[in-house]
Amino acid sequence: MPFDIESIGARFRRVAPAVDFCSLRVLDETSQFLCVRQDVAEPAQTSRDFGAMVTVVDGDGLGYAASSDLSDAGLSTAIARALQWARLSRGRSVFEGQAPALPAPRGSYRSAGIAASSLSLSEAFALLQRESGACRVDDQIVDWAAQLWTTHTRQLMLTADGGEALQEWRFTVPGLHVTAHHAGLTQTRSWGGRHNGFCQQGGIDVLARSGFAGAGARTADEVLRLLAAPNCPAGKFDLLLMPDQMMLQIHESIGHPLELDRILGDERNYAGTSFVTLDMFGTYQYGSPLLNVTFDPTREFEFANFAFDDDGAQARREYLIRNGTLVRPLGGLVSQQRARRANAAIDGVATARASSWNRPPIDRMSNLNVEPGTTSFADMVASIENGLLMSTNTSWSIDDSRNKFQFGCEWGQRIRDGKLAEVVRNPNYRGISATFWRSLSMVGDPATVEVLGTPFCGKGEPNQIVRVGHASPACTFTGVDVFGAER
Amino acid sequence: MKEVFFGLVERAIAGLQGREFLLANFSGEVSDFVRFNRARVRQAMTIQQAHLTLTLIDGSRHATIKLALAADPATDALAVDTALADLRADLPSLPDDPYLLYSTTVNSSELVRAGELPRGAEAIDAIIEGARGSDLVGILASGPVFRGFANSAGQRNWHAVDCFNFEWSLYHAQDKAVKSAYAGTHWSRAEAGRRIEAARERLAYLARPAKMMAPGVCRAYLAPAAVDELLWMLNWGGVSAKAQQTKQSPIQRLVERDTHLSDRVHLRENTTEGLAPAFDAAGFVKPSAVDLIAGGRHAGSLVSPRTAREYGLDANGADDEETMQSMELGGGNLAEADAVAALDHGVYIGNLWYLNYSDRPNGRITGMTRFGTFWVEGGRIVAYPVRSIPETLEKHLGQG
Repeated sequence: MPFDIESIGARFRRVAPAVDFCSLRVLDETSQFLCVRQDVAEPAQTSRDFGAMVTVVDGDGLGYAASSDLSDAGLSTAIARALQWARLSRGRSVFEGQAPALPAPRGSYRSAGIAASSLSLSEAFALLQRESGACRVDDQIVDWAAQLWTTHTRQLMLTADGGEALQEWRFTVPGLHVTAHHAGLTQTRSWGGRHNGFCQQGGIDVLARSGFAGAGARTADEVLRLLAAPNCPAGKFDLLLMPDQMMLQIHESIGHPLELDRILGDERNYAGTSFVTLDMFGTYQYGSPLLNVTFDPTREFEFANFAFDDDGAQARREYLIRNGTLVRPLGGLVSQQRARRANAAIDGVATARASSWNRPPIDRMSNLNVEPGTTSFADMVASIENGLLMSTNTSWSIDDSRNKFQFGCEWGQRIRDGKLAEVVRNPNYRGISATFWRSLSMVGDPATVEVLGTPFCGKGEPNQIVRVGHASPACTFTGVDVFGAER
Repeated sequence: MKEVFFGLVERAIAGLQGREFLLANFSGEVSDFVRFNRARVRQAMTIQQAHLTLTLIDGSRHATIKLALAADPATDALAVDTALADLRADLPSLPDDPYLLYSTTVNSSELVRAGELPRGAEAIDAIIEGARGSDLVGILASGPVFRGFANSAGQRNWHAVDCFNFEWSLYHAQDKAVKSAYAGTHWSRAEAGRRIEAARERLAYLARPAKMMAPGVCRAYLAPAAVDELLWMLNWGGVSAKAQQTKQSPIQRLVERDTHLSDRVHLRENTTEGLAPAFDAAGFVKPSAVDLIAGGRHAGSLVSPRTAREYGLDANGADDEETMQSMELGGGNLAEADAVAALDHGVYIGNLWYLNYSDRPNGRITGMTRFGTFWVEGGRIVAYPVRSIPETLEKHLGQG
């Protein structure tokens, strides 16, 4: 690890300027990505990254500077640059005369699996080879790959006024996908999602929890079933979404619209705005009374657990939507302070996060979960006379207000007269966030819940890709507009 | 940064053992970013970073490590020594790679494009004053970017470009906005002001009444930004030789001559005219251009060294993902100023947003219109339409 926890605090405070606030967020991260494609090991890729972000508040001016030069001279240069930006923006910032108040965090966090043993390189490749080899069960299978991505991150946040918070994480992301082709038709089935879904904090334990062993054979069998399946029908159907599609539904049509910096307009040039406005909190009926959504940085193993966000705010579980009513946004301290000028009753959560040391924090969704209900999976299926089950996201598109959407899944299955029936390929559905969640008719019990996530939530200028977690039960929605693919 | 990179490379090469071969890639930047919202500063920052990627090859075994550089010679030297030792220790655990391919022919080059970049205070003044109370949101990014390649055969490549990109939207209300950009190598405060003013003039169109469009077929003009969004979707496995070989390309039917686009469609990767380096991570020099679609027919694919070895193709400088970095769609004879009149009756689409494949084998794309999209009648803008656009590449770029 390239920074010394004992010395860097003293070195930083020696050169920190006399301003309203100054912090140093130092991060180092080691990751390794392994892949076996078509039974051939691809090059092992390791990354060792480190650097620090300086934040300076001077009046209503806010400035940042990031550098991987952590020497005394490097820290001094970064601090001077951040101070320069703070002074340049003073009097011209969105804070309009009110200096953003930032905390001095004190504490620590260690994720699951920090002390667990790791697979050796040869053990990891052997595991991937086993799953890859199990995929090749038919000549119609034209591509397949098994992957393992592991990361160890350590972050120290220091403030000039004595704050010090050390957080340490291990992340493990296994993945696998299989593609089959016949007579002009191609289908891909992935385990956990082509863009990674079984993301959790932890080490080797994640592999066991996710059921990676045996995933190759199961996924290969499923892609052949898809290849032989009819196209998804079009029409209005009751829809049963499994957790690995609920994850995407939550992410796009609850998570992004509730980001407070979007609501304040920061993201309008790129990621977009939101159909949610500041006056909706506390009264707006976001979904049916069955809808309960939490920001939960404490859920065991979930991908975006932490004790402090990257502004230093202490994180705790909060309801964002309770019994269908919108309660609070995904907004960190800085956004909350800005929003209170328009709506004094706005609360938020500790979710200002940066993708790494080289980006400043912005409002993200972190762990955003739908709380389980009371209906068993069997009862959900039994209650549907004419419907569809959809699983595993493969396509997502939503307008810049995060309202009108069209999503597609890898796996579809008809439900007829309360029973699961034939598999269908290319299942898609469309809706409008503002009304879709009001059609939520059943929420699965805890047995249907899966703790999932993605490493690839993108937003911000300059762009930032962060890890987010989504735990969800299976859920049903009534009267959804469904369609397939047609040539 | 050039001296830092090549100095570390010399050190690494001096430490090679036996038949070991080394590939080294460098990326660095010293970038200023200023974010604006409502014509005020939201976040202002400087990012200084440099990363060195080392690939150690011994026969057919190889491993890669990417290192952050501290800009401190002793720290960086130790990091390189440690990384090489770790790679060397890993190689015996790795299987032979049948698809390893790297350049051993020495092709050194250097490209340095100096510019005049915006300075912090002056640029902030120019933008805030230019907005003159309009609701401006966006980002100014500027600074030098550096890329380098070296190998133990003696090849040395260096690419350093000063550039800036000011990308902003002026908002009328809700989600109605005009998006603009000003990018280049030589910043002019006057030009920035002129472009903001031009965007403000277009804002007036957004005050026109909204028109809710029913699903159906209509004429459409896609402005360059919208076409750009559509064509970048081909970077999701479209022009990739590997994706085509494994039947996963969204233009698979085009590749297999099952269909063709309009004969006006000419798409190529134009490295010579782009900002990306002219060398790849394996040391191969990129061709000046690669034709991908010519006269509406499939003409070529982007082939990485690995794909070339796996499928017996010729590599053409593509990265591992086989994506376009300097995409060029050949122009026709319609002047942008004549577009609305030529459209006559239909929808003028200024930009597209959140495109995704809803049916990848058939190239079917879904997405939304965004920024400056208008309904045109009688060759004049008359309304602001709203609707989704589930369409296919073939429909937009197809015959007729």
